[in-house]
Amino acid sequence: MTDTQSSSTITKSESIQRPRLVTTPLTEPFWDRANEGELLIQHCSNCGHRQHYPRNICTSCWADEPMWMSASGNGVVWTFTLVEKPGHPAWADEVPYVIALVELEEGPRMMTRIVDCPPETVAVGMPVSLAPMWDNQLNQMLLSFAPAVSE
Amino acid sequence: MTSLEMIARAARGATFDAGLTPQDIDGLIIGPQVGETPQHAPAALAEYLGLQPRFADIVDLGGACGPGMVWRAAAAIAAGMADTVLCVLGNARDPERLPRSPNRNPIREFDVPYGASGANQAYAMVAQAHMAEFGTTPEQLAQVPVKQRQNAMLNPNAVFHGKEITVDDVLSSPMVMSPLHLLEVVMPCGGGAAVVVTSSDRAHDTPHDPVYLLGAGEMVTHRALSQAPRLTTSPLAPAIEQAYRMAAVRTDELDLLSIYDCYSIVVAETVEDAGVCAKGEGGPWIEQADFSITSDLPINPHGGQLSTGQSDLAGGMGHVVEAVLQLRGDAIGRQIDDPELALVTGNGATLSEEVALILGNSPS
Repeated sequence: MTDTQSSSTITKSESIQRPRLVTTPLTEPFWDRANEGELLIQHCSNCGHRQHYPRNICTSCWADEPMWMSASGNGVVWTFTLVEKPGHPAWADEVPYVIALVELEEGPRMMTRIVDCPPETVAVGMPVSLAPMWDNQLNQMLLSFAPAVSE
Repeated sequence: MTSLEMIARAARGATFDAGLTPQDIDGLIIGPQVGETPQHAPAALAEYLGLQPRFADIVDLGGACGPGMVWRAAAAIAAGMADTVLCVLGNARDPERLPRSPNRNPIREFDVPYGASGANQAYAMVAQAHMAEFGTTPEQLAQVPVKQRQNAMLNPNAVFHGKEITVDDVLSSPMVMSPLHLLEVVMPCGGGAAVVVTSSDRAHDTPHDPVYLLGAGEMVTHRALSQAPRLTTSPLAPAIEQAYRMAAVRTDELDLLSIYDCYSIVVAETVEDAGVCAKGEGGPWIEQADFSITSDLPINPHGGQLSTGQSDLAGGMGHVVEAVLQLRGDAIGRQIDDPELALVTGNGATLSEEVALILGNSPS
């Protein structure tokens, strides 16, 4: 049904469809909670290691079934770039946009988007906090980040 | 359950049964990941398992994969390339969906939705990190394609033979992905490259003086850039160190660097990781370095892939071929003077899958 709706309002820039978000039973809780604006990471009840993206083992000790925990949503920009010509043409209608690797204060790093600021103000080491954005095409909240509000 | 999850279970079962821990595993051999992870499968699996193997391979021999893995593991151990090799196979089979697992590797799920795909964005992020940490400048990185292009003026087989460029040309070429300009990015092209490896006894019975493999090192750390242990030091550092040790060679004994150059930043990081200059000094070092065939340490005399074009995976083999030609004295029109030792590097994904070779024109 959603496909029919979107194809009826298709524009030239949207004519290339984005690859569908393919989740797995293991990762579905991550995306479900993302829709609530929450960032889940995993922690190991055996060794305490924290990781993202979600897996069925701990990457440090290989203990089974790491547990979910809610991340604070605070981190710093580890590195970034400004995308003006995306690797996949389906994102052409969003340029320019900033993608970044953010190091969470809990330790793991993740690919994300930096939003709500001029691209030229983004810098390595900049403190950021979670600023989820809804993606109409993927029908999914994505866990993007924005500059942290100074206290 | 995904194939990655199946494989994780099997890997854990065998490793724990052997009384070992993940930290003991330094070699990894897997089978083709049909559907789920079309490329870079050993790196994707190493990343999933949290392993950083110094030997990784994929065996594609159908039903003979299992035993085919075992002797290859033994050969790797005998060669000093690994101590403990995990050989693992697994495939998800979901009767309610597809018999083969769909393309659903972690990059597709956790990077692509943000509009992050392709090599340009990943290497741009590496360059950005190097600039932020060490103050490396666009002008310094631009010297890589410029100096390699000067070398390519002697190589009629280079796609860009006869087309000299300046630093201004590089910096005024379109920004492909900040901070990387068009002329710092390798151009895809068609092509092929091959070498033959044999025993030194058999090699003496051939028309050319042989070139000897004196040392090798390999390291695989990640597939997704978010999972990289570092950005400004690549896994080439330990791989090159192992190759030096195996060959009993020091950096200052090298006569040639035939090093992978898909982007300018890779050359800057590689000269650091090879110990040619200190970590973080790659930018200033490149600015003053002489890449040419009359230098004490020529770099990519064929012009590198930035000048020859990147014939897909054959582009990396081109660095091996160039070192072999130079060491044999057969690099017509661009021969360096009596080289004895060369460092060759290969680089896969985003500084993820790294190999270093020391080649020489005598057996020791």
